[in-house]
Amino acid sequence: MSRVSVPCHVKGTVALQVGDVRTSQGRPGVLVIDVTFPSVAPFELQEIMFKNYYTAFLTIRVRQHTSTHTPAKWVTCLRDYCLMPDPHSEEGAQEYVSLFKHQMLCDMAQVLELRLILRQPSPLWLSFTVEELQIFQQGPKSPSMTFPKWLSHPVPCEQPTPLLEGLPDPSRVSSEVQQMWALTEMIRASHTSTRIGRFDVDGCYDLNLLSYT
Amino acid sequence: MLQEESDLSLIIAQIVQKLKGSNLYAQLERQAWASLQRPEIKLESLKEDIKEFFKISGWEKKLQNAVYSELSVFPLPSHPAAPPEHLKEPLVYMRKAQGSWEKRILKSLNSMCTELSIPLARKRPVGEQKELLNKWNEMGTDEPDLSLFRPVYAPKDFLEVLINLRNPNYESGDSLSFRTHLGLIQVPLKVKDIPELKEFFVELGLTTGQLGIDDSTQVPPELFENEHVRIGQKVLTQQDSAAAQQYIRQGSPTALRAELWALILNISSHPEDILYYEQLKTNVIQHDLLVDSLIYKDVKLTASNDDYYFVFEDYLYQVLLCFSRDTSVLSHFAYNSASPPKSYIRGKLGLEEYAVFYPPNGVIPFHGFSMYVAPLCFLYHEPSKLYQIFREMYVRFFFRLHSISSHPSGIVSLCLLFETLLQTYLPQLFYHLREIGAQPLRISFKWMVRAFSGYLATDQLLLLWDRILGYNSLEILAVLAAAVFAFRAVNLMEVTSLAAAEAVLADLSTLKVMPLLQIFLFATVT
Repeated sequence: MSRVSVPCHVKGTVALQVGDVRTSQGRPGVLVIDVTFPSVAPFELQEIMFKNYYTAFLTIRVRQHTSTHTPAKWVTCLRDYCLMPDPHSEEGAQEYVSLFKHQMLCDMAQVLELRLILRQPSPLWLSFTVEELQIFQQGPKSPSMTFPKWLSHPVPCEQPTPLLEGLPDPSRVSSEVQQMWALTEMIRASHTSTRIGRFDVDGCYDLNLLSYT
Repeated sequence: MLQEESDLSLIIAQIVQKLKGSNLYAQLERQAWASLQRPEIKLESLKEDIKEFFKISGWEKKLQNAVYSELSVFPLPSHPAAPPEHLKEPLVYMRKAQGSWEKRILKSLNSMCTELSIPLARKRPVGEQKELLNKWNEMGTDEPDLSLFRPVYAPKDFLEVLINLRNPNYESGDSLSFRTHLGLIQVPLKVKDIPELKEFFVELGLTTGQLGIDDSTQVPPELFENEHVRIGQKVLTQQDSAAAQQYIRQGSPTALRAELWALILNISSHPEDILYYEQLKTNVIQHDLLVDSLIYKDVKLTASNDDYYFVFEDYLYQVLLCFSRDTSVLSHFAYNSASPPKSYIRGKLGLEEYAVFYPPNGVIPFHGFSMYVAPLCFLYHEPSKLYQIFREMYVRFFFRLHSISSHPSGIVSLCLLFETLLQTYLPQLFYHLREIGAQPLRISFKWMVRAFSGYLATDQLLLLWDRILGYNSLEILAVLAAAVFAFRAVNLMEVTSLAAAEAVLADLSTLKVMPLLQIFLFATVT
């Protein structure tokens, strides 16, 4: 299904740490990233896509627009989603990840704001974050067309004319021809991407030095 | 789930796209057209009848084998937003390290080129072409002056690069802490531990029959060997790649090995393949490459000096020289972290339409490269078949042994797996060797880079390579390396220098591979 990117504003990450950030020795293991959508009305979220950078677990909270006058509350829509199966090793550390609507715990119909809570319990990494964050909403549905009347309401068929002797049934022939036509269309549409196998340019393989770029 | 369905259709679409350009596709088309003559194919149920015909005539099996081959070789399609570099290697710092290593190799090759004033490539004059064609089957008798050539790099240079590999996001303080790795490799890749290896290599367990153990002279053949050979023949008649791969995990009988490997690698000798090999031979005769001299030098230094392989010297030239001209090897760079070196036609520097890859297959051989081919000469005597098998083995396995990547079968992971196994299960030995300045990886690295070729006796090596094919993974090399250290642990505990440790481990030709692996994985008390 089609999707459309939603322009979002990603605020700077905020580290959550116990104690004083300046004096304590350890590095924060929890980061919070707020994502707002300043120029867009509340929309239905389809997909969240990003590139991981050493984040082990991801929790997402969402604030949705409510029709009543009650203030919008934060709801957790994804809890402790595992991005790195072993937080101490490199597996999954720089992977591209997509999260879809159907993976969320709640309905994402009227999203106002998102809050990504990143966790990395391992002390081995100097920093962690998510990069290239993109939010997508449902793309426009294909526009409904109005069919001409004779397509949507076919005329009831008249009594077929009696078959001439010796000729095959026309409906059978037409279905067979249709199958053959479909096969030929498929063959025509296929194309191959194999190389030819020549390594020289017009018979010449006289080279300069190897290039470093 | 929605995601899995779309993943599956993406994989199917990719495999179909790849197979469309292959020989098999053309053959299936021809067969389908020819089958229209048959009485059982009716026009109204054309599709189903042809499918039934393929099933009965064995063509469906060939297609299954081709699909299985594609699945084994190519990685699963990654996220649609991932750029092609990500498929080659997901970790950015490893891509950078591979890039700088490649640059060093190119500089070395360029400087050799300018020092010796030899062009990278030149067209052979007609007289020389005729001469080479006459001498094709005995190129070993040629004694060109190769004293000025030196190998572009040796495994120990590559080891130094791996030792200096660092993740910039990894905490590595100066003082020793729980973060420092005690071995030489300092990157925190995920490697399997022994319980996971036991599960992965379950067919090597103590209760399963193995060739290499249960076919020794003391064991009556009725217990295991006869039945195993019978099953092997059945697998070959069925021509099923997946079944062959499962079967070979317990080893392959010597008589069936050549056919089994060809079945697993999905190699069949059609006239088109022989023609392709002849075309490569023509390319070798027409153009002379600098890389050819490197290959000559490597063969003379390694395989020619080996007691088992010197007889195959001529075959090695025939395979390796053709391998350098084979542009179909370029397609494996899609999933290899390395990239082929580029050059421009003389006088057209910078013009993209005159950019070419050098060598045509993009692979620059290093010292010991010919040892990847040598063991295969025992199995295949027909040059084009030998060539195809080697090429397929290279683009499936051997390329991982000399490029920097985070793949579980990549050389970095193998080194880390070896060091971790040794540290965890032989801590006293590891500590002792480290204290005397003999880091174990310095000794075992050369074994793993060559996949033990030239170090083990040939029959043992082929049993080991059976398992590489059967499990579609090179991790067994690291496990064997650790098992060898475990076997010679008593002697190693008494040495006091790196040279003495090397001497203890210098000769592996008497080792029996399968008992070592079995004991290390399944019978060591931890």
